Amino acid sequence: MNLLEIRDLRVSYRINGEDLPAVRGVDLDVQAGETVGIAGESGCGKSTLAGAVLRLLPNGTRVTGQVRLAGEDVLSMSWGRLRAVRWNTASIVFQAAMHGLNPVRRIGQQIAEPILVHEPAAGTRRAAARAAELLEQVGVPAWRVRSYPHELSGGQRQRVMIAMALACDPQLIVADEPTTALDVMVQAQVLNLLRDLVRERGVGLLMISHDLSVLADLCDRVAVMYAGRVVEQGPGGRLFTDATHPYARALAAAFPVIGDPASRMAPRGLPGDPPDPRELPSGCPFHPRCPDAVVVCGETDVRLREAGPDRTAACVHVGVTQEREGIR
Amino acid sequence: MASTATDADAAPGAQPGGGAPRRRLRAGTGRWVLRKLVGASLTLGFVLVFNFVLFRMMPGDPAKTFLRGRQANPERLAQLRDELGLDDPWPVQFGKYLRETLRGNLGDSWSQGNRPVVELIADRLWPTLLLSGTALVLAALVGIWLGARSGWRHGQAFDKGSTGVAIGLYSLPEWWLGLLLLLVFASPAGLNIFPGGGMTDPRGGVDPVLDTLWHLVLPCTTLTLVYIAQYALIMRSSVLDERYAEYLTTARAKGLRDDQVLTRHALPNALLPTLTLFFLSLGFVVSGAITVETVYSWPGLGLLSYEALSGPDIPLLQGLFLVFSVTVILMNLLADLLYPLLDPRVRLS
Amino acid sequence: MNAAPAVPPTARALARQRRRAALRHFWTAYRRDVEGMIGLVLMLGWVVLALTAPVLVDAESLRVTQASGPPLAAPSVDHPLGTDEDGRSLLALIIWGSRVSLLVGLAATVISMVIGTLVGVTAGHFRGRPGGLLDRVTDFFLVIPFLPLAIVLATVLRVRWPTVPQVIAVIVVIGITSWPGTARLVRAQAMAVEGRPYLERARALGGGHWHQIARHVLPNVLPVVFANTTLSVSLAILAETTLSFLGLGDPLRPSWGTVLDGAYSAGAISRGAWWWAIFPGVAVASTVLAFNLCGRATERILDPRLKGRA
Repeated sequence: MNLLEIRDLRVSYRINGEDLPAVRGVDLDVQAGETVGIAGESGCGKSTLAGAVLRLLPNGTRVTGQVRLAGEDVLSMSWGRLRAVRWNTASIVFQAAMHGLNPVRRIGQQIAEPILVHEPAAGTRRAAARAAELLEQVGVPAWRVRSYPHELSGGQRQRVMIAMALACDPQLIVADEPTTALDVMVQAQVLNLLRDLVRERGVGLLMISHDLSVLADLCDRVAVMYAGRVVEQGPGGRLFTDATHPYARALAAAFPVIGDPASRMAPRGLPGDPPDPRELPSGCPFHPRCPDAVVVCGETDVRLREAGPDRTAACVHVGVTQEREGIR
Repeated sequence: MASTATDADAAPGAQPGGGAPRRRLRAGTGRWVLRKLVGASLTLGFVLVFNFVLFRMMPGDPAKTFLRGRQANPERLAQLRDELGLDDPWPVQFGKYLRETLRGNLGDSWSQGNRPVVELIADRLWPTLLLSGTALVLAALVGIWLGARSGWRHGQAFDKGSTGVAIGLYSLPEWWLGLLLLLVFASPAGLNIFPGGGMTDPRGGVDPVLDTLWHLVLPCTTLTLVYIAQYALIMRSSVLDERYAEYLTTARAKGLRDDQVLTRHALPNALLPTLTLFFLSLGFVVSGAITVETVYSWPGLGLLSYEALSGPDIPLLQGLFLVFSVTVILMNLLADLLYPLLDPRVRLS
Repeated sequence: MNAAPAVPPTARALARQRRRAALRHFWTAYRRDVEGMIGLVLMLGWVVLALTAPVLVDAESLRVTQASGPPLAAPSVDHPLGTDEDGRSLLALIIWGSRVSLLVGLAATVISMVIGTLVGVTAGHFRGRPGGLLDRVTDFFLVIPFLPLAIVLATVLRVRWPTVPQVIAVIVVIGITSWPGTARLVRAQAMAVEGRPYLERARALGGGHWHQIARHVLPNVLPVVFANTTLSVSLAILAETTLSFLGLGDPLRPSWGTVLDGAYSAGAISRGAWWWAIFPGVAVASTVLAFNLCGRATERILDPRLKGRA
C-alpha cells in the first residue's frame, strides 16, 4: 500500500468570485522510506499540492479527487479525525522557517505543542524533555529550547522546523521549500539531515522545491509541475540529466552542473512567464513558451504518456519519435 | 544523524551557554533605558517651562485677581505681590516656581476656598481613578474580545455588526453619549432608574460602597463604550494582519483546533499593539474623563477642571495641567520600558 | 495610441498627466466603495446645508428676543425638531450651527495641516540637530493630553486677548494642538523621499534646499497630507463640540456644541426636553461619521495592504 496516494487532485481558489485553478488533475504516490520531489516555478501549484495533503488550504477553496494518507481519504475526513491525523500521520516543514515559527513563543514550547495536542497524557515535562531531545537530534544545542526564533540563524530555524515535524513520529513528512533562502553550505547540511531521516526512520518524504538540482540529489523520484499539472515524472538523477519534456529540460538547464561543459553550453533560461490561471492557453499550456512547439501543441492537450522505463511525460514529441522527425 | 549534529552552521551567538551575547544585551539595554529616561525628562522640562510661560502671559495684576474684588489696602496688595513673587525678574520667578513645584507646592486655588491646589487634586484623585480605571479595564477586556473575534471571522455578520458599532461610537462626542444615557436611564423622559449624577446619595441611608457602585454604573458605561471602540478597532486590525501568517498554518497543521490557533498563536502576536495602547492610555486615566465627569457631576479631577474654568482659577488649572501631563509622560515611559518584556523580538535590538 | 506628440512633453506636463491619471484611478476605486460613498453623500449634504443656511432660515429668528415659538416645545409641525428654552427652533439652530461647526473643523484642519507639513518636511529634510529639535517639540505636543492642553490654551487666549472672537480662538487652539499627528506622518514620508535617487541627483546637481523641498519632497508628501484631511476634520469637529460644551465656545455664534452646552446647562435632561439634547448631537455624530467614513475609504484605496477589510 502506498503511504500517500493522490488521484486526480484538482484544487481551485476562489478569489473575487472567480475560480482560479491551481492544481488540475495530479496523480502522485509516495511510499514509506521513499523520497519524492516536486519541482516547478512559483505558481505552478506545488505548494497548493502540499497544502492539500493535510487540507490546509484557505476556506472556500474547492478540492476534488482523492488524497489517501495511510489508506484514509483526507478530503472526506471529519474535522476531528483530520485534526488527529495532522502532524501525527503526516507533518510539514515549511519554507524559510522565519515565518513558519511563531515569533513570540519559545522554540521548546513550539516543538512540544503537537506532542501535547496528540498525547495529552505525555505531560508538559515529558513533552519538554522530548523537545530538547529532538533539537539535539537535528543538530541544534538543547539549551536552545528557551530561545525565540529570531535568536537563531536561518539554518538553525530550518532544523527546528524539522525537529518539530518529527515530534509525533509521523509516517510522512512534507517539506515545502525547506532549503530556500539558505546559503549553499547550510543548504547541503539541511539536505543531509533530511536524507538521514528517511534512511533511519523509514518515513516517506515529499519534497517540494523550485530547485531541480536539490531534488535530483535527494529524491528517488521527481515530478515536474507546470500550470497545475505534472508534465514529467521519473527517477531523480536521470530526470535532471536527460529530461524529455521541454519545460523540464529548461528547468534543469537553469541549474548548471559544475564541471559539466555540456550544461555550460546549453541554452539557459526560459522566455516568458508562467501562464495566468484565469486564461490558460489552449492545448498544451506550455506551448507559448516552448522552443519545440508545433501546430498541434496549440490544439491538443497532451496527458502524461510513457517516455521510457519508469518515466512519463506530457509532450507530443514523446514516444512518437518517427512522427516527430517527420514533422520536423 | 549524529554526524550532522556537530556541524551546525554558525549562528549569531550560537556558542553554548550564550554568556557573551547576554552580557552585551544587558549593556545595550542599559543605554536604551537611559535614552528613554533622558527623553522623558526633557519632555517633562518642556512641560514645566511651557506651564510657567503660558500662565505668566496672563494680563493684569494677579494679586488683584487673587483678591477678586475684595477690599484691599495698598499694603496688603504689596505684601501679596511679595508673597507671590511678582516683583522678581523672570528667571528668579521661574527658579521659585521650579523649586516650589518640585517640593509639591502648586500654590493656592483662587476659588474652592483658596485651598492648596495639591490638596484639592489629592482629594479628587480617587474618584477619577475609580471611574477611569474601571472603564479602562472593562473596555480593554471587552474590546480585545470583540476585535479578536471580528478579525478572526472577518467579513461575517458579527464582524460587520461590531465594526459598524465601533465606528459609530468612535464618531460620538463621549459626553453626548453620556447625555443620551442620562436621558434614557435617569430622566423623567426615560426610565429614571439610575441617579442623575454625583458619587453618593446625599441623603445617605444606603451602604456607601453599594451606593457608589450604583452611581458609577452610568458614567462608567459611557466611558467604557467610548474606549471599547478603540480597542476593538485596533485589535481587529492586528488580528487581520496576522490572519494569513505562515506560523498559523503550521499551528493548524499540528492539529490544533481553530480556537486554539487563535488563542495560542494569533493572539500573542496580535495583542502587542493593543497592549501598547493599554499602557499608553493608563496615562490618560486621570485626564480622560473631563467631559464625562462633568456630565455626571462625578467629583473627580475632570469635574475639578470644569470648575476651574469658571473664573478662571488659574493656579488650579495650572496644577491640573501639570498633573495630567506628568502622568502621561510617566506612563509613556513605563509603556516604553515594559514593551521589550512583552515582545521578545525587540529584547535584543 | 500611436500618435506621438510632435514635441516631446516636458517633465512637468508628464508629471501633471500622471497625477491626473492617478486621481482618475482613485475616483474609480472610490466610487465602488459603498461605505465611502455613503460618507461622501452625507458630508456633501451637510456642506450644502451650511452654505445655503442664510437662504433657508432667517438669521433673525436665532435671536433670543426674536424667537417666535413657545419655550421647550416638543417636536411638532411648526417646529419639526422642537424648540429650546427661549423658544428658538432647534431646526434653525442646527442649520446655522452647521456653518460654525464645519468652519471650525475645516479652518482648524488647514492650520494643523500647514504646521504639520512645515514641521514634518523640515524635520525630515534637515536631519541632525534642527531635525532632532523639531522631533522633540513634536514629541512634546504628541504626549501632552489634548483636552487639558486645549482647555488651558483657550483659557489663556480668552483672558489675554478678550476682544478676539471666541471662534477664532477655538480654531487656533484646535489647530495648534492637533498638528503633531500630521507632522509625524509627513516626516516619515519625507524621509522615505529623501532616500530616492532623483533627490540625490538634484542634490548632486547643486539644487538648493528650497528647490529640493519644493520640487521633490512636497509633491510626494502632499498626497499623504490630503488623504489624511477628512480624518483630521472629523477630529477637529469633535474637538470644537467638546470645547463648546465646556463653555469655551463662542456664545455669539452658536455651533452644535454651544447648543448642546445650553441644553445641558438649562437642565434639558431633568426637564425631559430630550429633543434639545438629542438632535444637535445627531448632527455632530452624523457629520463626524461622514468624514470618518470618507477617511477610511480613502485609506483603504491608498493602502492596498488594507484591501478586503470591511
